[in-house]
Amino acid sequence: MSTSTPESSEQMRISLSSANLSKKRRVRNAAASVAMVAAFLIAAVPLFAMGASVLSQGLGVVLSVDWWTQPIPGDVGRADLAGNEDLCGLGFGDAAECQAGGSSTSVIKGMQPAIVGTFLTVFGASAMAIPLGILGAIYLHEYGKTGRLARFIRFMTDVMVGVPSVVMGVFIYTIWVLQFGTGGKSAFAASLALGCLMLPIVVRSTEEMLKLVPNALREASAALGTRTWKTTLKVVLPAASAGITSGCLLAVARAAGETAPVVFTIGYVTTTNFSMRGQNTTLSAQIYSQLTNGGSIATQLAWGAAVTLVGIVLVLTLSARAISSRLTIGKT
Amino acid sequence: MQADSEQNSASLAGSIPSTLAPQDVVGGAEQELLYTDLDTGAALPITAETAASSDAQNLPAEVGSVVFDVDNLSVYYGKYRAVRDVAMKVRKNEITAFIGPSGCGKTTVLRCFNRMNDLIDGARVEGKIEYHGVDLYGEKVNAVEVRRRIGMVFQKPNPFPKSIYENVAYGPRIGGIKKKSELDEIVESSLKRAALWDEVKDRLKASALGISGGQQQRLCIARAIAVNPEVILMDEPCSALDPIATARIEDLMKEIKTEFTIVIVTHNMQQAARVSDATAFYSTVVNPESDVRTGLLVEFDRTETIFANPSDERTEHYITGRFG
Repeated sequence: MSTSTPESSEQMRISLSSANLSKKRRVRNAAASVAMVAAFLIAAVPLFAMGASVLSQGLGVVLSVDWWTQPIPGDVGRADLAGNEDLCGLGFGDAAECQAGGSSTSVIKGMQPAIVGTFLTVFGASAMAIPLGILGAIYLHEYGKTGRLARFIRFMTDVMVGVPSVVMGVFIYTIWVLQFGTGGKSAFAASLALGCLMLPIVVRSTEEMLKLVPNALREASAALGTRTWKTTLKVVLPAASAGITSGCLLAVARAAGETAPVVFTIGYVTTTNFSMRGQNTTLSAQIYSQLTNGGSIATQLAWGAAVTLVGIVLVLTLSARAISSRLTIGKT
Repeated sequence: MQADSEQNSASLAGSIPSTLAPQDVVGGAEQELLYTDLDTGAALPITAETAASSDAQNLPAEVGSVVFDVDNLSVYYGKYRAVRDVAMKVRKNEITAFIGPSGCGKTTVLRCFNRMNDLIDGARVEGKIEYHGVDLYGEKVNAVEVRRRIGMVFQKPNPFPKSIYENVAYGPRIGGIKKKSELDEIVESSLKRAALWDEVKDRLKASALGISGGQQQRLCIARAIAVNPEVILMDEPCSALDPIATARIEDLMKEIKTEFTIVIVTHNMQQAARVSDATAFYSTVVNPESDVRTGLLVEFDRTETIFANPSDERTEHYITGRFG
């Protein structure tokens, strides 16, 4: 037995290091690693650049109390931008040009109407799209299954997910706003447009979550003499609730950031309107219109609106992730 | 007879009658098999005529009344015939075991007994499958009502992602029981009957997913018992469990068969021999032309006969291990 010991210890000394590999393979491996890291860095550059520029340009105005409590400045000047000399007096204009007059420094930069309008429209859209979307998904997955109607609806939903948001805006503009003239533009109309946008997202994400609920649970419930709707209500939905909630929050975040459907349908105000009726404004609409106006104060307002919007979307997305991490199904 | 049969299928579709008096429910040919008083549970001696007509079963002196009467049953998935030639009589307060190789349709047949196959697209049956004389697939029969009386325990323990208490209380709640004291009582008695009470009584509010596999399966049995069914179907209830947990479930089955009629699918022949009163052996045939496999019932008899003195060669080969 003792004679075999040196032999076996020799066997143990085989080398497993990468030096054994051919030079060609090592070079290829290194090149691939470098390429992947570089691709990641390049992909991350726009992300960080955008975050940094939005924050550096917009954080200043957002941090003041006025931003959250005051109306948007400069509604009068907006119409007469081209060379109106009273711009500075109205608190709306290029700061450098107004230096002589000295009045433009006292402009109060508020954004409350747009913040309120954003929450109002997104709330309205959610109130319409989320119940409808969840019920639709329940129909598709628990009742329609692979039937002809369900397959048709599923297909149309997929198509709707891909429809550009501006089309939703034009659609609501045509069927709603035009019917009521200028009075048709309102937070409600914008809610309709955003709701159309959210609906297919809610349906698809909810159906994906319902798919994750194991059939064994539905069978267990059915075997106890339970009707399908009660099984859905008492077993399937509770099991999928975390996933459905996070899917809905992502749809809400998407709607909050949309511009095109809103600019057609919401109109424009500079004072806070808490009603679903009457013209209103949102953060995304403000970014668009302030940048179109031009001028340094307007640009500051746009950046501020951008920071606020990114903040809202970030909070929604992070809560969606936090909720979906508590998802119980699919892990057991 | 016709009128009686219709009346009973109507009541199965609608409200639950207080007792199922078998004398009333069977129409026509199977009348000779009705000899048991359901209210007292007393079984009457079987007549020579009955024994002769029941597929040459070697029945003991006393047997329960027929719960399921199956004859010439075939089950299809779409155009594919999965099982054919199923004929058997499942008797009250007995354990009937289905054995046979994989893919021979044991589970498929079992799932016909409480119409769980309805949940599968394209599944349909042909032939007779009667529950106390009522055609289970009759027009007026509601599958939900069937499942209230015929519960099921599945292969993999499938407790709801709720607390232990909520799992057991689920069925009674669906049945309309709302009073907390009443639910508490049902939960306790069901868990006791499923031999789980002592292990979980201090953590009824804990998640059902946190207990062991064997406990989960007994919880599923408790959940099925809680709605007080007449029959419990078990689809390989021990295949995911270790031998100790399996032994506990087997003991449990023998205990509760005084209250329930049990039909069990099992891969484990020893299990069938240990617990069952009657055994059905299934096998498969392959059509040499189309290469389509179809399951069929080879032999159905008392368990001791199947294992000691099977009449079909295929059964003998299977139980002696010469055919897998």
